Amino acid sequence: MNQDIIKIRWHGRGGQGAITAAKIVANAAFVSGYTGVVMAPTFGTERRGAPVLTSLQISKQKIYDLSPITQPDMVVVLDHLIVEEVDVAGGLKPGGLIIINSSRHPDDFDFNGMKVATADVTHIAGEAGLPTGIVNTGIIGAFAKASGLIDMETLTRAIEDEFKGKHPEKNSRAARVTFENTIVGGN
Amino acid sequence: MHIIESGNVAAANGVKLARVQVVAAYPITPQTPLTEKLSEFVDAGEMDAEYIPVESEHSALAVCIAAASTGARAFTATSANGLLYMNEQLHWAAGARLPIVMCVVNRGIGAPWTVWNDHQDAISQRDTGWIQLYCCDHQQIIDTVLKAFYLAETVSVPVMVCYDGYILSHTYMPFEIPEQADVDKFLPPFKPAYALQSGQPANLNTVTLPDVRPDVRGDMAPGYMEIRHNLHTDMRDAIEVLADIDQKFAGVFGRNGNPYIEEYRCDDADFVAICLGSLSYHLRDVVDILREEGLSVGVMGLRLYRPFPDQAVRAALSRRKGVVVFEKALSYGNQGALYADIKSALYCTAEKPAVHNYILGLGGREIKTDQLVECFRNSCRHPETIDDEPQWIGLKM
Repeated sequence: MNQDIIKIRWHGRGGQGAITAAKIVANAAFVSGYTGVVMAPTFGTERRGAPVLTSLQISKQKIYDLSPITQPDMVVVLDHLIVEEVDVAGGLKPGGLIIINSSRHPDDFDFNGMKVATADVTHIAGEAGLPTGIVNTGIIGAFAKASGLIDMETLTRAIEDEFKGKHPEKNSRAARVTFENTIVGGN
Repeated sequence: MHIIESGNVAAANGVKLARVQVVAAYPITPQTPLTEKLSEFVDAGEMDAEYIPVESEHSALAVCIAAASTGARAFTATSANGLLYMNEQLHWAAGARLPIVMCVVNRGIGAPWTVWNDHQDAISQRDTGWIQLYCCDHQQIIDTVLKAFYLAETVSVPVMVCYDGYILSHTYMPFEIPEQADVDKFLPPFKPAYALQSGQPANLNTVTLPDVRPDVRGDMAPGYMEIRHNLHTDMRDAIEVLADIDQKFAGVFGRNGNPYIEEYRCDDADFVAICLGSLSYHLRDVVDILREEGLSVGVMGLRLYRPFPDQAVRAALSRRKGVVVFEKALSYGNQGALYADIKSALYCTAEKPAVHNYILGLGGREIKTDQLVECFRNSCRHPETIDDEPQWIGLKM
């Protein structure tokens, strides 16, 4: 059984692009040698604005169990208000990591000792020239910095591939600037 | 080239590579992204096909029947109640011996309404005369679409390519998109024995009398029963044909598809789980866990459901201590359909394994690894204690 799987849960709102963000990371992970990549959105009533989540599993081997993940190693939250609506730390493994799009410092959050990283992606993405509320590429920079899983160069290429013809540079700049401005809290 | 995309996009790429000439479809969750992708391909000029939007699934298949009658390579796709709405045309396509390929993105049937996965849609249509192939991952989806056209056109029987709604259709994973030149090497153009032409009107499949009688040329024409017998024998022959096609596919693409049964850790296994679709891959993890406990287990994914590869099933299962059939469908008031088929295939063997039936995952009910482990373990430890009634997994009553 393949037990060497890194499990990442993405929380966003319907229409916010959490699935696209997870897909970009999936592509970058695959290019980085993780040949087993599975991204499974959880479906039901994904009306715009409602909290949604997506599972991303990455591994060096093929993944056979496609079930939604229940015990993630990391959680990425595209909208800090979701923290008040959804138990984003639910099932998170001990010592797990929560990455939040928030202007607040990681120490302002308390998830029972889980490691927290924050970046003000909403602000940075706006500065990069993206329309207000487009945070799904910026958050990838925070993910890269806090997780250290995939290098920023590979992620930048994956972002620009995904947004070919749709402001690729603005999207990748949002990610790179977010990377530089992500604060990783202590445990 | 490898890409990471959804199962629906894998299917759409297979259809494009097969150089399909007519697509007619009506959207239904979770099939919709597949036909949306095809309409994009046609709109962008990447696919030289007519995309015919229709007002219902019944019309979608009617259009494919007409198109295939003129010798065009035709494709449609649907799910659940959309498939049921096609029912009359399903029988017609098979009876008319038209090699249409359809993706069935498996979903539970209403009422009550559900959009989530089980296999009741395709299983309930198993006796329509269509070949049914099942897929476990995206590579199998794209590869099976290509093989399906070859198979359909070789035996003149339509083919359903079935894959799990959401679990495969909306999940992203890497798969290889074959090169067009290789696909062209593998899949010859569709050359029908007879094709309707605008200058030569003809009546097709008109009223056929109970007995044989001479046709307009004075030759003895088959009656209804002979035509049905031919469909049945050609379906039986399709079992061998599929193996040949699979071999040819492996020759071009280097991937061996295991045409009937895909086995995992079965060589020495006393107990074998068997099922359709992606569940058989999930069960690989379950097998690994039970092997760690010292149990001699394996899992088989059945790729071909109709025609039923009974000889292959018998060869694979007859000397086991136990066979555990996991099913996402049920013949109400009896048992799982696959369970009944497997018992039937094993009836004539001297040493019959104990066969158990579990029903699970209906309407998208979550299938948990620990539940599968517990049920499979229980079947291995007590092969004789479970009666013929199907057992339900995850039922909250």
